[in-house]
Amino acid sequence: MKLLNKSLIYLSVSLFVVIGLWSVVFYFRMLNEIKGSIDEGLENYKRQIVYRAQHDSTLLQQSSFNEGFFAIREISQAEAIAMRDVYTDTFMMMQDADDEAPEPEPVRLLTTAFENNGKYYELKIINSMVEEDDLLKELLWETIVLYLILIVLIILINNVVLQRLWKPFYSFLHQLRQYRVGVSNTFPEVKTKTKEFTDLQQAVHTLLQRNIETYEQQKQFIGNASHELQTPLAIATNKLELLIEKGNLQPDQVEPIAEVMQIVERLVRLNKSLLLLTKIENKQFFNNTTVVINDVVKQTTQDLEELAEFKQVTVSVTETATLSTQMDVSLAHVVISNLLRNALFHNTIPGQVNIAITANTLTISNTGKATPLDQQKLFTRFHKTKNNTIGTGLGLAIVKPVCDLYEFPIFYRFENDLHIFEIQISGAIHI
Amino acid sequence: MKILIVEDEPELRNTLAASLEKERFLVETAGDFDAASEKLELYIYDCILLDIMLPNGSGLQLLEQLKRTGKSGNVIIISAKDSLDDKMKGLELGADDYLTKPFHIAELNARIKAVLRRNMLNGKNTLELANVVLDLDDRTFTVNGEPVALNRKEFDILNYFLLNKNRLITKAALAEHVWGDHTDQTDNYDFIYYQIKNLRKKLQAAKAAIEIEAVYGIGYKLVET
Repeated sequence: MKLLNKSLIYLSVSLFVVIGLWSVVFYFRMLNEIKGSIDEGLENYKRQIVYRAQHDSTLLQQSSFNEGFFAIREISQAEAIAMRDVYTDTFMMMQDADDEAPEPEPVRLLTTAFENNGKYYELKIINSMVEEDDLLKELLWETIVLYLILIVLIILINNVVLQRLWKPFYSFLHQLRQYRVGVSNTFPEVKTKTKEFTDLQQAVHTLLQRNIETYEQQKQFIGNASHELQTPLAIATNKLELLIEKGNLQPDQVEPIAEVMQIVERLVRLNKSLLLLTKIENKQFFNNTTVVINDVVKQTTQDLEELAEFKQVTVSVTETATLSTQMDVSLAHVVISNLLRNALFHNTIPGQVNIAITANTLTISNTGKATPLDQQKLFTRFHKTKNNTIGTGLGLAIVKPVCDLYEFPIFYRFENDLHIFEIQISGAIHI
Repeated sequence: MKILIVEDEPELRNTLAASLEKERFLVETAGDFDAASEKLELYIYDCILLDIMLPNGSGLQLLEQLKRTGKSGNVIIISAKDSLDDKMKGLELGADDYLTKPFHIAELNARIKAVLRRNMLNGKNTLELANVVLDLDDRTFTVNGEPVALNRKEFDILNYFLLNKNRLITKAALAEHVWGDHTDQTDNYDFIYYQIKNLRKKLQAAKAAIEIEAVYGIGYKLVET
């Protein structure tokens, strides 16, 4: 959930509670205020009536509310003395302009007593009051409207303010998403003076710096380790070769030596592949020239002719165009040779390899096991299929970073019982 | 022929020396920068094997020294680093070849002989043994003066063998030399056997006085019959 929506939820819930509480309090205070002001009016009426009654005794005859808003009734002195001003809420049958029939309407009633010419009277004055349920209804609506207006306003303000405030954050996040350790040259930058964001940038930069250091160290370690291995491997290879050359070996001695030689061979190849990978990752290939892929394919197929023949694999090349690009020649050879070897080795006997070159794609397809390869693991280092103990598991793992280096998309698919590798080759240099 | 090996790793130095002595070269060795610098100052060598990373200095500095004293040439750099930069710099400074460790002895032999021959300037770029002649410029092969047709790879194989006569060439070394270096899955060298078989047939048919012998199933060697 976006921050915007989350803050909106918090705000609307708390506003709901606050406005709800506020409207209850407001309602009662309002009611009180209304009653207070009505009571004051009643008090005023009372004085006027008492005053007028002194001059106009007919007033004293009005004993019911039928003709007016007050009623007077004579009472004893004792009763009068015991009486206090009492305000009460009551109902009275009334017919308002909008009523069809008389109906009980809420009224405020003042019951009081006064003395006139030695006689005592009880005075009841009424004043119609706001209908409470009307008031409540009105207030509820007003509150809801207020609430909605507030929410809409908050959404608008939030949208504007938050989007403005968080803009640097989102741009930072975007940059961070694009960031690749070892590839990107510049750190993500947050363009604001907001302290939280500059702090975040600081923290991210520290983290990235540490990551880069680790990455560099790891890269360097692989590079150094592989380099350091070269000389010992050279010694092992050469000593074994001299040992065999010396002769006088019994057959039972030769076999283990041959095995050791093979293992050293494997180590050498593994190490070479690791060095090549390190070089690709360090971008140590700058010998970019125009490479005609058709020529590289031709040479590679010639190089591997005997191998293919031995494996009883027919290699056919279909060219519909000349495909050329700007890249390092040796890397072009590495990619094509690795793909072709891969196609030859994971083939059936007899088998088939088809190479197709178009104006912008190189496709190598081969017969082989009837199950598609695992897309996910295909290009990972040291991934081997179960029955392959010979390879280093680095062949395709080298193809991929080279393609990445020059931004050539590479795809694998399994179609019509053929394993198909396709590289889309464009003309540009990216390093 | 005098060869100087400049290599700081004693095991490798001794192994290389032992191998080159078999080729009847006069071998001297130097284990660090100063020793090498002194020897290069005092003597003249027909070929120098030069490691780049040395105690107390760099092989590239030695190359500069050779260039200054006008003794440059016939230098083969042997380096653990397969770096394009180093290679370019080395070749610019007058080195003739650049060999990345680890290498096969047969490969080193071939490179040394190629360098020596290139710099002897006797005009004829041929390999001769017994009754066979391999012409590297015209890429022709003759036995008793009669041309024998070889395909490109057979020619390369024979060339490699002639540069390493009486020496062991392992299948791995042969595969790398003839079929290229981008090997990932070529543990299976069986296909080489068929190539050698074809070559042997051609040599026999032409009555060549040389023979390719199998060595313990690990490799081959070329001998005179």
